[in-house]
Amino acid sequence: MLSSYFAAGSIVTQEASPSFEAAVSQSVSLLVESGKAQANYVDEVLESLKVLGPYFVIAPGLALAHAKPSDAVIQPGMALLKLATPVASGSANDPVSLIFSMCSPNANDHLDMLGDFGELMSTENVMNSLLNASAQSVIAEILFKKRFN
Amino acid sequence: MLIYAVCGAGIGTSVLLKSNAERALSMLGIEAEVKAVSIEEARGTNKMAQVVLATPEILDQLEGIPAEVIAINNIFDLGELGEKLKATLS
Repeated sequence: MLSSYFAAGSIVTQEASPSFEAAVSQSVSLLVESGKAQANYVDEVLESLKVLGPYFVIAPGLALAHAKPSDAVIQPGMALLKLATPVASGSANDPVSLIFSMCSPNANDHLDMLGDFGELMSTENVMNSLLNASAQSVIAEILFKKRFN
Repeated sequence: MLIYAVCGAGIGTSVLLKSNAERALSMLGIEAEVKAVSIEEARGTNKMAQVVLATPEILDQLEGIPAEVIAINNIFDLGELGEKLKATLS
């Protein structure tokens, strides 16, 4: 279940963000605040963004910020920052309003999590519903499959 | 046939790309092994895949590798994945 990877308080909605980098930093910080990763994981993700560009903007309007498994990761986790006003990342999928982040301590512990995530996001209407949702409670319902079965 | 799904870290985007490519391939009735790998693994391997799937931003990192490289914009769109795989494989 996807819900087991999102700690309480790790879905945040807000009006806007000053930059894509700031939004990524904020989203990954939710993983740190919920005990999924240590603070330097934020730096690792930002470094990856700097070196490789916004390759983790993987669908129209959606980013999945992450870095390689490292000692900075405590356990597999996900978080989401939803912006009401989307931000430009430099990707073909701009502008971005759903900034997911994820972490995993190794190459295996998160495969169920991503399997559930990928299946959900490929389900018809889920992506549009998430892009259009503004309330934290509605987003949680969509992600945790209380709306689409 | 071997297909690589590539991302910067080899654990996130590539894993999602792999699972959706597998679903698209099975809908097309094409048998292939899809492996999620990092950019370094895709560049450094001896057992080269015939086809490489990646998001557009990392294409220049994959320049020169001896495989057909396909850029996928929306990795959750099984339609896009299926069409591009079909066009390349047939």
